Amino acid sequence: MTITVNSRTTATAPSPAMVRAVGVRKSFGSNEVLQGIDLTVEQGEVVCLIGPSGSGKSTFLRCINHLERTDGGQLWVAGAPVGYELRGTRLHELKDRDVCRQRTGVGMVFQHFNLFPHMTVLENLMEAPVRALRQPKARVRERALGLLEKVGLAEKASAYPRSLSGGQQQRVAIARALCMEPRLMLFDEPTSALDPELVGDVLAVMRDLAASGMTMVVVTHEIGFARDVADRVAFFDGGRIVEIGPPAQVLGNPEHPRTREFLAAVR
Amino acid sequence: MSVMTSIPVAADTDLTTVPRRHPLRWLTGLLLLVVIGLLVADVATNPRFGWAVVWLYFQDVSIFHGLLTTLELTVICMAIGIVLAVALAVMRLSANPVVRTFAFGYVSFFRGTPVLVQLLFWFNLAALYPVISFGLPGVHLDANTLITPFMAAVLGLGLNEAAYMSEIVRAGILSVDHGQTEAAGALGLTRGQTLRRVVLPQAMRVIVPPTGNETIGMLKTTALVSVLAVHDLLYSSQIIYAKNFQTIPLLIVASLWYLVVTTVLGVGQYYLERRYARGNRTLPPTPLQRLRRLVGTHANVDRSLR
Repeated sequence: MTITVNSRTTATAPSPAMVRAVGVRKSFGSNEVLQGIDLTVEQGEVVCLIGPSGSGKSTFLRCINHLERTDGGQLWVAGAPVGYELRGTRLHELKDRDVCRQRTGVGMVFQHFNLFPHMTVLENLMEAPVRALRQPKARVRERALGLLEKVGLAEKASAYPRSLSGGQQQRVAIARALCMEPRLMLFDEPTSALDPELVGDVLAVMRDLAASGMTMVVVTHEIGFARDVADRVAFFDGGRIVEIGPPAQVLGNPEHPRTREFLAAVR
Repeated sequence: MSVMTSIPVAADTDLTTVPRRHPLRWLTGLLLLVVIGLLVADVATNPRFGWAVVWLYFQDVSIFHGLLTTLELTVICMAIGIVLAVALAVMRLSANPVVRTFAFGYVSFFRGTPVLVQLLFWFNLAALYPVISFGLPGVHLDANTLITPFMAAVLGLGLNEAAYMSEIVRAGILSVDHGQTEAAGALGLTRGQTLRRVVLPQAMRVIVPPTGNETIGMLKTTALVSVLAVHDLLYSSQIIYAKNFQTIPLLIVASLWYLVVTTVLGVGQYYLERRYARGNRTLPPTPLQRLRRLVGTHANVDRSLR
């Protein structure tokens, strides 16, 4: 594994960008799924990652949260190298505990919700703030109930996840991530596992969140959502970002033939 | 013959459905009743079973003390087994190769040798290490006083059980969807918190049924300690029939007591499984609830089930 940090980078270390990826590489065995990703996400920005499956967009998203280790390049979140600590010009790999602390600032929403089935909705929301952040229960409960109100599920606080529809479960999952008060939210195909008529409610919650100024990186197949909500859209293909820019440009008037081909197939 | 021929019936005719009949069930049931009846009659009238002696010793104090020792051994050995098993299972799944290999070696060793041999080894530990010091200065324990027969039984059965239980716990942990671990990790929960709060509670659904099985198995395996002269249920019966030569009645006494306890354990396991199935599926009523419903009392219980 090679990670190079030149001294110029260290000098300008506390960068205002929420996410800064420079030549990020990742391989599974001999399959290089990320072949040098460069992407900067500014604070308050919403960036949608689109592209065919296997193009590396989900893997890149998971790298941002250190669910996958990068094999090369640099990845910074809120000015800190993901999974490492910068000491002088050397990156020291973090201990598990410190990785956990780093992750508390980043919320993640999964395709299959991954709610804890043995806990009620409210317990799902309260678990991490109480255990990982050691915040007082009463305060967390208040915040959790407020978030459930916001996603339209206040009356489901004491229900078990299995009794909820997919759309409701995903809204709970979003509320659970938000309960940690993250500075950055990652969405990994949040509507791909939902029945078509349930997609709207989840997207509505994400729209509200974007409008409130949350920094968001969203892997999605919902081109309509990307066009309406994203500040920028990145088109992934073969482990690279082929094209990136405002939605009007990438989705409305794509330069790259691969982007055009993909968009034609999706519509 | 065409069964499917449609017979014209006026649209407003009331049609009755006739359920299928099961004559074979009745026949086999009847046959089985006859066989069981004959068997019971034979067993009851054969004087060599010595039912009077069985009944006498079923209530014997020394048998009862033996039963208590058996129960005590079962509880202690299962407790040791389960605690060590969780540790071993976590070690087996650890990212640390040293720890992983150690757990693998432990399981292979204890699963690969007969538990009876292990019991005899612990019992004869003094032959190997007359003095036990745990490598610490000042500690100077006589192995013969430290390793009593009961202690040897606890060590032998407990450590052996840990090896088997660890495989059950490991299967339980692996049965939990990896997405759960990822979600917990993404929320910033540590590995330990994830295991305790998220993975193990869900793994219990897979762990509990075979653990009940293991407990029942352990109860019966404790009979092996009679070779170490631990006064368990079997050994207590053996002592009695060595004196009065009523071998068969006393073996029946021991068997009956084993059966009573395993039945109670089985019922406990049933309710424990229901407890850990919560949130996963709707549960059928328990036999007790069904009985109550059948009798028609406790209308409030009935309503709460819906």
